[in-house]
Amino acid sequence: MIMMSEQKKTKGKLKLNKVTKNDLITYLMVVIAYVIVEILLKTGNLSSLLQGLLVPLCTYVILAVSLNLTVGILGELSLGHAGFMCIGAFSSALFSLGLKDSIANEGLRFFIAILVAAASAALCGILVGIPVLRLKGDYLAIVTLAFGEIIKNIINAIYLGVDSHGIHISMTDTMSLGLEPDGKVLIKGAQGITGTPHDSNFTIGVVLILLSLIIINNLVHSRTGRAVMSIRDNRIAAESVGINITKYKMIAFTISASLAGVAGALYSHNLSTLTALPKNFGYNMSIMILVFVVLGGIGNMRGSVIAAVILTLLPELLRGLNNYRMLIYAIVLIAMMLFNWSPRTVAWKEKMAEKLKRTKKEEV
Amino acid sequence: MALLEVKNLGISFGGLRAVNAFDIEIEKGQLYGLIGPNGAGKTTIFNLLTGVYKPDEGIIKLDGENITGKKAIDINKAGIARTFQNIRLFKDMSVKDNVKVGLHNHHPYSTLEGILRLPRYFKVEKEMDERAMELLKVFDLDREADLLASNLPYGKQRKLEIARALATDPKLLLLDEPAAGMNPNETKELMDTIRFVRDKFDMTILLIEHDMKLVSGICEKLTVLNFGEVLKQGDTSTVLNDPQVITAYLGE
Repeated sequence: MIMMSEQKKTKGKLKLNKVTKNDLITYLMVVIAYVIVEILLKTGNLSSLLQGLLVPLCTYVILAVSLNLTVGILGELSLGHAGFMCIGAFSSALFSLGLKDSIANEGLRFFIAILVAAASAALCGILVGIPVLRLKGDYLAIVTLAFGEIIKNIINAIYLGVDSHGIHISMTDTMSLGLEPDGKVLIKGAQGITGTPHDSNFTIGVVLILLSLIIINNLVHSRTGRAVMSIRDNRIAAESVGINITKYKMIAFTISASLAGVAGALYSHNLSTLTALPKNFGYNMSIMILVFVVLGGIGNMRGSVIAAVILTLLPELLRGLNNYRMLIYAIVLIAMMLFNWSPRTVAWKEKMAEKLKRTKKEEV
Repeated sequence: MALLEVKNLGISFGGLRAVNAFDIEIEKGQLYGLIGPNGAGKTTIFNLLTGVYKPDEGIIKLDGENITGKKAIDINKAGIARTFQNIRLFKDMSVKDNVKVGLHNHHPYSTLEGILRLPRYFKVEKEMDERAMELLKVFDLDREADLLASNLPYGKQRKLEIARALATDPKLLLLDEPAAGMNPNETKELMDTIRFVRDKFDMTILLIEHDMKLVSGICEKLTVLNFGEVLKQGDTSTVLNDPQVITAYLGE
């Protein structure tokens, strides 16, 4: 008996700590979901409609997780997350289109395109963050809201072409670019970018989801993450123990923006024609991502993944119900909100968790 | 030379002179009390010392270094840590993580090392864990290390705030009404803890307190503040028996 209990003790020590275990469960869930979908794909049990939804789904998951870093961990409200996605989508599409012939290796080209997307979105994050993150209050929400709209409108007005003389940019039309005969137009204003190589697929999407989750979870459980959360919980106290408020706000916000850029790259390399419409990069999109985050649980990465998947698939799965589709969608939204946030269900969940723990202990 | 030297400190908010011509000298290892009626400017002085407010005039020197008008984080790095009158914990973080935020500047590794989990991450995190648990043990909080800070009972929250302040390895510790809201037993325990901290960490402590039992029990010197000015300064027993202090603050 004594030996057994001793064995258990050492076993307990070897066990991963709770936090790491929690993260691993999330990664495992994503991998299992991936395997199931792959099996369905191989056996031909997935409708073409759902197949077409797989890459956008990955995009939304990455967006939700990255926004959760700003909203849940940093505690700032960003209403322009689609703007950062837009930057990433267009910069990477432009890169891939421009260097389609120079870099023949698809994988390498897409890898660099993703880095370009992350870097340009991060740069915009820094530019927005420098003035705004120094302020207290809800200014970030207002500025990011404006940022998202401005980016979308600028991209709708830009014409960009390349020829032997270099890059030409115009804000009026294709003709005024003044291209040589050998030149080609890359961005055609409101018509956007056409002919982006179709480099992204579901597997890459899932890998990017896993990478984003690992980056964010590792960040949260590091020294930097603690500093960021301390600012969220109590700014004055954080300052009093020597935390550089602006620096850590910038780090968190920039990483969040760059991951949104990565999601944009994934999104744009799935479409042959990329245009900046209110539907895909507008205010509604930003709000939808915020809905994923809030319903999944603020600060809860696994919740964001689940909420993004359910709320993206639901309208498609309910398509057969036609008129009742949006009604059921709304009811699910309300139910999820109540389940996650109402004090009574929270108390009930805690009680159940405790019961579960106790029965487990008794079994031991 | 005194550890903390303040000369002619003053600040006004609009037309209100909150602190005027405030002087104080605290020797290393001293347990010093700052008392006075509500609104006398005690917390304002703490805010001036820790860089929350910038003084309109006067000089603050810590260990010979002029820290007047510096930012809060630089003053913490220079060696002043504090607690707050209304507890300010990182309430959605664990008890241990609260202390680890305090250790932030003494156990550095880069953000990238944290994200990539390079060997340095594990090494420094382990150091931090050990140091945090050591500090929590001092305050008898080690068994609650994994609880959320907001779930601690009131008295323990106060203790955690002191532990977090000590984690920044200060030369001077400022305690703003540490016994507020505590019952007599908790207060007595707190007195022992404060004395213990002073002896174990060789700490200099300046505290604001209304509980006269605590003040007369542990403070060696006192400054009495009234309407933003020093009313009396000196050894605890002398000050507490001063007729002026009795009429202004203590009552007959």
